[in-house]
Amino acid sequence: MRARVLVVDDDPALAEMLGIVLRSEGFLPSFVADGERALGAFREARPDIVLLDLMLPGMSGIDVCRAIRAESGIPIVMLTAKSDTVDVVLGLESGADDYVVKPFKPKELVARMRARLRRGEDVTPELLTIGPPGNQITIDVPAHTVSRYGEEVKLTPLEFDLLVALARKPRQVFTREVLLEQVWGYRHAADTRLVNVHVQRLRAKIEPDPERPEIILTVRGVGYKAGTG
Amino acid sequence: MRSWLLERLRALPRHPAVVRALDWTRPARDAVARRTGTVWVAAQRSRRRSLQVRLVTITLVMSSLLVAIFGVLVASMITEGLVKDKEDNALKQVNQGAATVTQQLEPIKDPGDPNLGPSILGVLSRLQTTTGGGAVALVPTGSKIQVGPQTSPNDDKLVPAIPDELRGDVVGAHDPPGPQIAHQFITADLALPGSSGPQPYLVYGSPVVVSVGQFELYYFFPLAAEQTAADLVRNTVIATGTALVLLLALLAALTTRLVVQPVRTAARTAQRLSAGLLDQRMEVRGEDDLALLAASFNQMAENLQRQIIRLEEMSRLQRRFTSDVSHELRTPLTTVRMAADLIFMERGDFDPAVSRSAELLHDELDRFEALLTDLLEISRFDAGFAVLDAEPTDLVPVVTAVAERLGPLARRAGVHIDLRVPEPPVIAEVDQRRVERILRNLVGNAVEHAEGRPVELTLACDDAAVAVTVRDHGVGLNPGEEKLVFNRFWRADPSRARQTGGTGLGLSIGLEDARLHGGWLEAWGAHGQGAQFRLTLPVRAGDRLASSPLRLVPDDALPAIDAVPPVTPLALPAAPAHPVDGAIDLGGDHG
Repeated sequence: MRARVLVVDDDPALAEMLGIVLRSEGFLPSFVADGERALGAFREARPDIVLLDLMLPGMSGIDVCRAIRAESGIPIVMLTAKSDTVDVVLGLESGADDYVVKPFKPKELVARMRARLRRGEDVTPELLTIGPPGNQITIDVPAHTVSRYGEEVKLTPLEFDLLVALARKPRQVFTREVLLEQVWGYRHAADTRLVNVHVQRLRAKIEPDPERPEIILTVRGVGYKAGTG
Repeated sequence: MRSWLLERLRALPRHPAVVRALDWTRPARDAVARRTGTVWVAAQRSRRRSLQVRLVTITLVMSSLLVAIFGVLVASMITEGLVKDKEDNALKQVNQGAATVTQQLEPIKDPGDPNLGPSILGVLSRLQTTTGGGAVALVPTGSKIQVGPQTSPNDDKLVPAIPDELRGDVVGAHDPPGPQIAHQFITADLALPGSSGPQPYLVYGSPVVVSVGQFELYYFFPLAAEQTAADLVRNTVIATGTALVLLLALLAALTTRLVVQPVRTAARTAQRLSAGLLDQRMEVRGEDDLALLAASFNQMAENLQRQIIRLEEMSRLQRRFTSDVSHELRTPLTTVRMAADLIFMERGDFDPAVSRSAELLHDELDRFEALLTDLLEISRFDAGFAVLDAEPTDLVPVVTAVAERLGPLARRAGVHIDLRVPEPPVIAEVDQRRVERILRNLVGNAVEHAEGRPVELTLACDDAAVAVTVRDHGVGLNPGEEKLVFNRFWRADPSRARQTGGTGLGLSIGLEDARLHGGWLEAWGAHGQGAQFRLTLPVRAGDRLASSPLRLVPDDALPAIDAVPPVTPLALPAAPAHPVDGAIDLGGDHG
């Protein structure tokens, strides 16, 4: 099945070129150039993945990202001309899963998109439980659901993957590089801020007190691990 | 750049690391003060620190000295006056007494006359009434006279109390010869009425010659009254002197306070200004010199504030411009890049000229992109927009990863990367992205200039700092080039064609990255011995570096033959230098 891609970008030349490249790679692209109309186009096109330029006329890319994230967990990859910490972190915090910095190479972009789309291969029944006693969360891997106190917690696929990666080896400490490789599919160490921001997002959803995490613990100078009893 | 500096300077006192460092030193300083904590040390310190204390101390010392000198002078003058009066009166009395004795004893011609003794006593008791509570004694000179020494009042201790020296003078045994009137001050315990214990006396002696022979007449004038007067004078002088000194000190304290208070206010205001509170001003009162100080100070603050605001505005505009340029350039470049890649992949279908053009387009786009990235990075530093995103990081995997990533490049160049890292973890608060960028650049440069010889990548740490050295055994650096390699777009020999894809900005960016960490990036190189770059970073972000765990000059380096002693650079922050005899570009290798 060919994956549907929604490209939100105001630069017509770039959008057209992206269309050529994406079609040649087997995607079905659709386009919207305006932030205001992006959400409508998203509902209409029901894409499998969104490519989102952060600087848009009308509504800013950050707002579009939040709006899409509010109603869907589908992968969002930001296209950004700014690699400064503030912009990237802001984009990630508003719900993007990954980002590519302009100018990017077509192969790089396609690799990132494929990594985000590669999912649902796990079908073996697997039920994971992490967290200290009395504050445990349960992960049903094939069903893609996470529950705390019997209530389901809504996670994006990427957040879910991150949680599963940590939960499968509860005592192991994962460096940010390893997580980038396992969850994001980077072969070389990339921006570790991706991991930091997503861990924060995950904590905000599953930790009773995100300031004092008990389920996803920081190991100073090394990385993260899942908390157990 | 200036605005960046200003911003950094202003931010410094609020910087958490600075605050922490101050906090850390406080216990140590307190401990030192406790240990050596004598009052003297504390006094010395406050004397050095406070203008007021210093001025009061000086006033106290100087006025004490002056008052003491004047006091001693006045007291001794008064005492001398008293004694002089006493002496004059005494002499008069002694002369009269001598005349009286002569007159009373002259009628007695026979030394053995039984009336002699009673007569003497009669005269003496009369004379005694004129001494004011003193005593008189008549001592016969020689043994011709049959009576012993007589005194009034009758006191055995009187005659022995007469000093021999005085007697000698009176009888004329000393120089100048001949009997004469003489006096001496003594302290004796005499049984006189109204006296108890040893008292000072003025003893006058006069020779008296009568028909029966020679006598010595001695007067004892009590000096108790004079002593009391002198004591009173001394005590008064001491009391008034002390009061005067204290009053002067108080006066000095008050006066200096008047001057020092505004100076202290100015210092406090200046501190607040430098801490970034730009609207701090001093209060201007009156029209005196201090008001002038306050007014000038305020004017300075005003100008400073205006200047800083102007620079901040410029910096903001520049940042905005950088950001806009970045975005505006990058979007079309992305399109060009994708188009070029597409053409590049299809180049097999084109005729050779077009195919080669597609290759050139593709390669040069890489270079263009790398250059753009580096330029934007540099301008971010220049605009003071670079932010350190430091967190505790284990550097062993970072260094290892850099070596691994550059493995393919090294293999192509036939260079072995010799990795020397300690047992993990080596944790420091660093911005991993920046550290990786510095190391990639250093190792990339080293591989390019290694000429097939191994490149050594070493990591070490101590309590305060971590260091990485990158050593190659290539052509090395010419004297003086250690500093030049960090210059933007510097090339060892511009006349030779560039061989690598570096942008010429890599080391400049590396230097800025190191500085952002509060670290050092330095270079050593010698012709024919290769080059070594050393990156030193503080373990705790914001700490000041004092030394590096690794040496900049490699152990196997030959002593420098000509100039450039390569031993000192330890002290130079971020002194530069790098490799390669001529020709090759030393820039970065990003992109």
